[in-house]
Amino acid sequence: MISVKKLVKRFGLKTILRGLDFSVAAGEFVALLGPNGAGKTTFLRIIATLARPSLGLVKIAGHRLPDEAAQVRAKLGVVSHLPLLYPDLTAEENLKFYARMYGVANYELRITEVLEMVGLEKRRKDLVRTFSRGMQQRLAISRAVIHDPEVMLFDEPYTGLDQDASEMLDDVLRSVAAEGRTVVMTSHDLARAEDLATRFDVLSRGVIVASATRDDIKQTNLLAFYKQALEN
Amino acid sequence: MSKPSPFSAVAAIVQKDLSAEFRSFELISAMLVFSLLVIIIFNFALELDVVVRQSVTAGVLWTTFAFAGTLGLNRSMSVEKDRGCMDGLLLAPVDRSVIYFGKAVSNLVFMLVVEAIVLPVYSMLYNVNLFRLDLLGVLVLGSVGYIAVGTLLSTMSAQTRTREILLPILLFPVAIPVLLASVKASGGLLAGAEFSEILTPLNILIVYDVVFIAIAFMVFDFVVEE
Repeated sequence: MISVKKLVKRFGLKTILRGLDFSVAAGEFVALLGPNGAGKTTFLRIIATLARPSLGLVKIAGHRLPDEAAQVRAKLGVVSHLPLLYPDLTAEENLKFYARMYGVANYELRITEVLEMVGLEKRRKDLVRTFSRGMQQRLAISRAVIHDPEVMLFDEPYTGLDQDASEMLDDVLRSVAAEGRTVVMTSHDLARAEDLATRFDVLSRGVIVASATRDDIKQTNLLAFYKQALEN
Repeated sequence: MSKPSPFSAVAAIVQKDLSAEFRSFELISAMLVFSLLVIIIFNFALELDVVVRQSVTAGVLWTTFAFAGTLGLNRSMSVEKDRGCMDGLLLAPVDRSVIYFGKAVSNLVFMLVVEAIVLPVYSMLYNVNLFRLDLLGVLVLGSVGYIAVGTLLSTMSAQTRTREILLPILLFPVAIPVLLASVKASGGLLAGAEFSEILTPLNILIVYDVVFIAIAFMVFDFVVEE
């Protein structure tokens, strides 16, 4: 579903990604881990077509970047630590806007479905600026799935969430993954990543330095695997 | 899911901007207060007779609209950038130029709303009749050109920390042709000049509008992508 070969990304003289290779099969849930400044967000932004690769090959759902970027975007749902919502619009108006931008037919029904999925159906007529951080993040997920994407990208989705909101987000993420979508998530929360993902890749200094499945780390734990990967 | 038509996507962006703005009035109120303040100050500063007042009308109006327009352009793009909503727009499976046209139409609507309120106030204060179809046509042409180039440059400047300073520095030199042509054409109409005398500035306005809309269409993709 996602295939990345020898990806390089430079900003001026600074090289962020240095020949990164990465692949995700359909239906996999990959947690992309790494220290601050490793290049996780830059990498996710390239896959999300928000940034252009300097070198390398990126293919998503059979479409090559950057030439087929619009086709890729139609199959992607992205949730970052910013909700990408308009505070002066209601939840319903925000979703209606994005539904129209994605060409969703019969979007009224779809809006109700996604709001029910994240437990915000009763707040559909409320302005987004009245929502808590956790509610905004849940609404952001409903925004990201409104067009039924095959691939979901989550960039630090738990940022700024309290315990209750984080647990609600866990449930939503599990249901998103259970629908068979391919998921790539970056997170500093190793415990949550270990609970949700089926595979763990460690990104450090612009390359993937280690990769393991859930079965591979059964003997130890994710923290030990992560520390070992960074030491190597 | 069907691919959204460009017109439908542009309409969605315009509706979104208008809905948000008519709920908060953040942008229009800032532009309007600034515009009214400027024409009132000019009213007191230029204590002139009727004939002279008419001759400075075009300059006063376009100075007002240029600065108010810049305020609105900065604010319009800041709203998208500050909450990450520009990424939301860029993630849509549409050609990036659709985003440009949607934002440009929204910005144009806001500028025309402000002009529609300022014109009667100006007419009353300066005792100059501004309600003529030909003059309104020049107003629209000039506003289209200013907003066309302003939307492109405000998208560029919104990505920097010094956006409030950078936009005027970028915009005013590039907008000189459209501003001068608008002033010349408006001033000529108010002074009762022959059509042949205002044909040149009118042509400049039309060419400027077409050229800069075409340029924005071609380069907007590169402006917004990292």
